[in-house]
Amino acid sequence: MDAKEIIARRVALELRDGMLVNLGIGLPTLVARFIPKGMSVAMQSENGLIGFSAPPPDGMENRDLIDAGGGFIAALPGAASFDSATSFALIRGGHVDMAVLGALQIDAAGHLASWMIPGKFTPGMGGAMDLVAGAKRVIIAMQHVAKGEPKMVESLTLPPTATRRVSLIVTELAVIEPTDEGLALRERAPGVSVADIVASTGARLIVPEVTPEMPLCRD
Amino acid sequence: MRKSAIAVEAAAQLVPDGARVMIGGFLGVGSPERLIDALVARGARALTIIGNDTAYPTVGVGRLIEAGCVARVEVSHIGTNPTTQRLMSAGAIDVELIPQGTLAERIRAAGSGLGGVLTPTGVGTVVAQDKQVIEIDGASFLIEKPLRADFALLRAHEADYYGNLTYRLTAANFNPVMAFAADCVIVEPDEIVPVGVIPPDAVRTPGVLVTHIVGRAR
Repeated sequence: MDAKEIIARRVALELRDGMLVNLGIGLPTLVARFIPKGMSVAMQSENGLIGFSAPPPDGMENRDLIDAGGGFIAALPGAASFDSATSFALIRGGHVDMAVLGALQIDAAGHLASWMIPGKFTPGMGGAMDLVAGAKRVIIAMQHVAKGEPKMVESLTLPPTATRRVSLIVTELAVIEPTDEGLALRERAPGVSVADIVASTGARLIVPEVTPEMPLCRD
Repeated sequence: MRKSAIAVEAAAQLVPDGARVMIGGFLGVGSPERLIDALVARGARALTIIGNDTAYPTVGVGRLIEAGCVARVEVSHIGTNPTTQRLMSAGAIDVELIPQGTLAERIRAAGSGLGGVLTPTGVGTVVAQDKQVIEIDGASFLIEKPLRADFALLRAHEADYYGNLTYRLTAANFNPVMAFAADCVIVEPDEIVPVGVIPPDAVRTPGVLVTHIVGRAR
């Protein structure tokens, strides 16, 4: 199992029946593959749809039906389409139960930077600032380290996406929860030691006496 | 009121160089592609484009960027268009990045006669620079001002002769809200249908907001 699959499988365990969920572009999108069978989760795409599934059959794409990453999707029975103002009313208004987003950096207080690297890369924030401001839970799905550098750091060196603390951070090494006291280690991935996690983390970690192993599928 | 269809070339002539132009669409889906091509063909210059993104170099708003028609964009995202990023780095285009939900609400505010909106989005970030923050019941909000344009170029699914509009699936996006926020609203529908074909409950943009309907391609 590669790093991305470990992350996607673990994030999927946060899903609950009946949730409205927004998956960000890239790694977070993989979470949709691991929705437990029999669970009903509504997916929102912020360009204006609730209720979609993986790509339509080859040749059956509709030019007016894409997800927020620009990929063709298929609408499910019961889907609803709406304009951008309505879509972001859903997001800011607290109607989205869970947003899963990627990250460039997270600091010791659980603040997220995800939308620009000054002088190098400025894609823009798109809907990320609204999602972090408004979703009930914000879960970060990211690789623990980027180009040898820890992504969790004492303080952000990149522009923040919001001042709100994210709810949970899931990487291929660990599950970490930002708390009032700092970043608390909750779980370690199978075969990964606490020392490995601490060595790959640039912020102080609150380590429990025993760190349970990360579950990767529902019992 | 009944409108007559105008040719897409004539519509492009209405938009002068230097105009502020809203263009509907999300990564090109729901963008008025024929109007965009006509603006490129007439050699429009120094436009300010307000929309969600700059799509891709060969799609939607990206084609205006590629053709050198644009001096400034006010958008939420440019990550899919390397040309926009290159021109921004070279100082050849002004880019104002606006959170997507804030962009929608600023346009809605302009079109609904509001003095602005209060949003928690962007508090404590660079988006808050030079903006007033106010506290309501213990929570902080940015004051975001209305965003208007001279023109709104929209794509709809159906238009009837009065300009009543429907949209399809994810092609609605910013189109309905932009219909309220420009002095001149030009719509490029997939289909033009006689009055009465669109049931009143299905109309998503009332025809009174539409200035011109682009006629079918000949």
